[in-house]
Amino acid sequence: MELYQQTLQSLHDKLLKKDVSAVEITESIFKRVDQVEAQVCSYITPNREAALAQAKAADAKIAGGGTIAPLAGLGGALKDNLCTKGIKTTCASKILAKFVPPYDATVVEKLASQDAVFIGKANMDEFAMGGSTENSGFFPSRNPWDLERVPGGSSGGSAAAVAAGEALWALGSDTGGSIRQPAAYCGLVGLKPTYGRVSRYGLVAYASSLDQIGPITRNVTDCALVMNAISGYDPKDSTSIKAAAPDYTKALSQDVKGLKIGLPREYMGEGIQPEVRQAVLKAVEQLQALGAECREVSLPHTEYALAAYYIIAPAEASSNLARYDGVSFGYRGEGDDIVSMYKKARSQGFGAEVQRRIMLGTYALSSGYYDAYYLKALKVRTLVKQDFDRAFEQVDVLLTPTAPTPAFKIGEMMSDPLTMYLQDVFTIPSNLAGVPAISVPCGFAGGLPLGLQIIGPVLGEEKVIRTAYAFEQCNDYHQRFAPLGEVKS
Amino acid sequence: MSYETVIGLEVHSELKTKSKIFCGCSTQFGSDQNTNVCPVCLGLPGVLPVINEKVVEFAVRAGLALNCRILPFSKFDRKNYYYPDLPKNFQTSQYDLPIAVDGYLDIEVNGETKRIGITRVHMEEDAGKLVHSGTISNSDYALVDYNRTGVPLIEIVSEPDLRSPEEAKAYLEKMKAILEYLDVSDCKMEEGSLRCDANISLRPVGQEEFGVKSEIKNLNSFRSVQKGLEYEVARQTELLDEGGKVVQETRSWDDAKGITVSLRSKEQAHDYRYFPEPDLVPIMVEESWVEDIRAHLPELPEARKQRLMNEYGLPAYDAGVITASKAMAEYYDATVAKGAEAKVVANWLMSEVSRMLNAEGREVTDCPVSPAHLAGLIALISKGTISGKIAKTVFEEMWSSGKDAESIVKEKGLVQISDEGEIVAIVQAVIAAHPQSVADYRAGKEKAIGFLVGQIMKQTKGRANPELVNRLLKENL
Repeated sequence: MELYQQTLQSLHDKLLKKDVSAVEITESIFKRVDQVEAQVCSYITPNREAALAQAKAADAKIAGGGTIAPLAGLGGALKDNLCTKGIKTTCASKILAKFVPPYDATVVEKLASQDAVFIGKANMDEFAMGGSTENSGFFPSRNPWDLERVPGGSSGGSAAAVAAGEALWALGSDTGGSIRQPAAYCGLVGLKPTYGRVSRYGLVAYASSLDQIGPITRNVTDCALVMNAISGYDPKDSTSIKAAAPDYTKALSQDVKGLKIGLPREYMGEGIQPEVRQAVLKAVEQLQALGAECREVSLPHTEYALAAYYIIAPAEASSNLARYDGVSFGYRGEGDDIVSMYKKARSQGFGAEVQRRIMLGTYALSSGYYDAYYLKALKVRTLVKQDFDRAFEQVDVLLTPTAPTPAFKIGEMMSDPLTMYLQDVFTIPSNLAGVPAISVPCGFAGGLPLGLQIIGPVLGEEKVIRTAYAFEQCNDYHQRFAPLGEVKS
Repeated sequence: MSYETVIGLEVHSELKTKSKIFCGCSTQFGSDQNTNVCPVCLGLPGVLPVINEKVVEFAVRAGLALNCRILPFSKFDRKNYYYPDLPKNFQTSQYDLPIAVDGYLDIEVNGETKRIGITRVHMEEDAGKLVHSGTISNSDYALVDYNRTGVPLIEIVSEPDLRSPEEAKAYLEKMKAILEYLDVSDCKMEEGSLRCDANISLRPVGQEEFGVKSEIKNLNSFRSVQKGLEYEVARQTELLDEGGKVVQETRSWDDAKGITVSLRSKEQAHDYRYFPEPDLVPIMVEESWVEDIRAHLPELPEARKQRLMNEYGLPAYDAGVITASKAMAEYYDATVAKGAEAKVVANWLMSEVSRMLNAEGREVTDCPVSPAHLAGLIALISKGTISGKIAKTVFEEMWSSGKDAESIVKEKGLVQISDEGEIVAIVQAVIAAHPQSVADYRAGKEKAIGFLVGQIMKQTKGRANPELVNRLLKENL
């Protein structure tokens, strides 16, 4: 097996035993990038030289002895909405095409201090708005399992990079499913942590009350390792939770005896592809075989969650994205006066989907409409939260499909934003409620990976990880590689 | 027809915290352009605000001093509008749940006390400053200085309880005094650390319903608050008398021309699209913390005025003038503490000291004569070493040289002549030299004595003890 295909845990062991160096691992990854990047298009900004320097520094540390962090010397992809000092951070938008932040996001700072290696800045839907990376202002990324198909989004570049072997791990951000859905489409593990578990400082905001950074990895163990590296209270983020982060690897256990699993009735209805439903039901059976108990539960306000999301997220976005005006940074529109300058910067710098959401949000907050839209959406959000609260009084975790279908074809949904929005129907409620949710590979349909979503209560990451790990160990889905680069016979 | 004027004021006051409201940058006024900035106050992508706890404390302090109720649950909201001095294109402010509500402020106008309601006190961030290459209308471009971006502000909104431009001015002066006493703001209108917008409308006397109001901006001094409102009263009165209607609009005071001009109509008013700031958590204020702040509130102008009246027997007027400015009150206390007689100090502060400060446009904190030096001067007068008249000359010398009174008196030989023999000799010489005046006096023209006193003073260069001169002159006539 090539170095770029291996798990974080096994590579860490090899580094400690000095069987391999961080430079060798990093070179292996970049060799893979050279092989497949033209097809997959994961990265907006590869970070080759700096990555090799980081790898060298990690090797020096390993040679010197002392404590070596689990991610030291191991190369990953950062979604391009995470600010990196001195490295372009574009949010896949023309408006930030040349933006180089003067500071690091807290997660970037944390990973760097643990000697992790940054392979590059990954493609995404512009400002994280979308579910396919087709809304990237530069180019779409492709699904390594089928290059005709999308890798999902908005963290599609991050997922594609890991699935293609162009990164050992990746960070994404999830506002309505943007980590979990691409993880599902690319046969990976993706975790959206509890809101406030991971600092958002330096994550370019889409919808502040919903955004959360999380890992995309090949398996649940790697997910726990990355979570250990990035979680915790950050005084720079007022919404981050003031509680010490546990060691998530302690949750890597197959002991699910007595674990109460809920199957929300509203998540198994119409619109789900039959293979997806079957895969979820099979997962339930496997967990039951391990001793978990399963029952049906109800989250009655689920059907309103999507509508509430498409009010709240654009409303916040309309304000968060107001700063892109070309005055002191970003794409500058030339005009005779300030208003024409603003208009040019924003109509030329933003893509269609971003403009659509800014307009939706501006409308929803306008005087005379606020009560009917934004305020009502906030009330729905409260009801959705209460649904989860009640469900978690009865069960430990909830099992649902991550997305109703496997990855769709590039271009298939671009003319139909509403159908595209429906892909998020199972992932959005947990953002509204702020609860953690993971997607783990649960089978294939027509050669395309499927994802099982496990949702837990607030700060219930350990329950989610334990369930996901137990399920993962029953199958070999996580050990399969995308057939990319293999000669098709 | 006769109208009643209805005015409400919105006062913005910059809080004198060391760092900005949502980041650690300095709030220092007058720093080089764009030096007190960081990614947070520049609104760069990805940054998040963190509330400066001192700002909440200062706002609570102001709220308590203005007799407000402090809300235990308060929050920040975003006020969305585009302007190049506002890097995020929204201002983080407070909308429906401000930190303090329902207070009042007592003002005195024409010797009568009037209570003005305070609707609310809320916290918000200040915007930056545009620097134009020429004037606003002829500049090819404008530059932005973000030093002020994120400096903490409180906005204090009054009820429409003010009934004249004079009351508005009194309200603003009282507000400034309170904020200074609280040590939460420098309140320098010329530096923009105290700013004021006014809502003004007229209604026929006896009518309960408010008339249509205009909002006046750009009132940059106490004088312009009064002038701008006086202008607006006249403008609206004329409009109404001619059978016209006041339009609801925002107007700007042009200080040079002495007029207000329309900025924008109600229809053009911004829709600020307020919504809760998702990057900050609500502010939960503990009652015990509020009570602790209340217990440690400094002495406020009203209390200090009473104290000066009680302790030193100052008349209400004197005590009011001296305590209107915290710095003046402190100067006063410091001078009295050096042993100077309380009423004499008050007279000096209200006359010579104020006159010189006004003439040079100085603040009392910047007074070249220290309280100790002033006390020294007053001591020389009460000991009879110099006369009150000479003291004024000495004071001017102290002002320009920074020296103390005693050394000036010695250097210039200004010690009062109180030796009877010496004065009698001069008196007799003057009587001999001016027979006509002496005759006039003896004929009953009392005024003639003034001329003779003047002659004596002239010969002694004003140093003769005036009481002795008067007595000895009369005796010798």
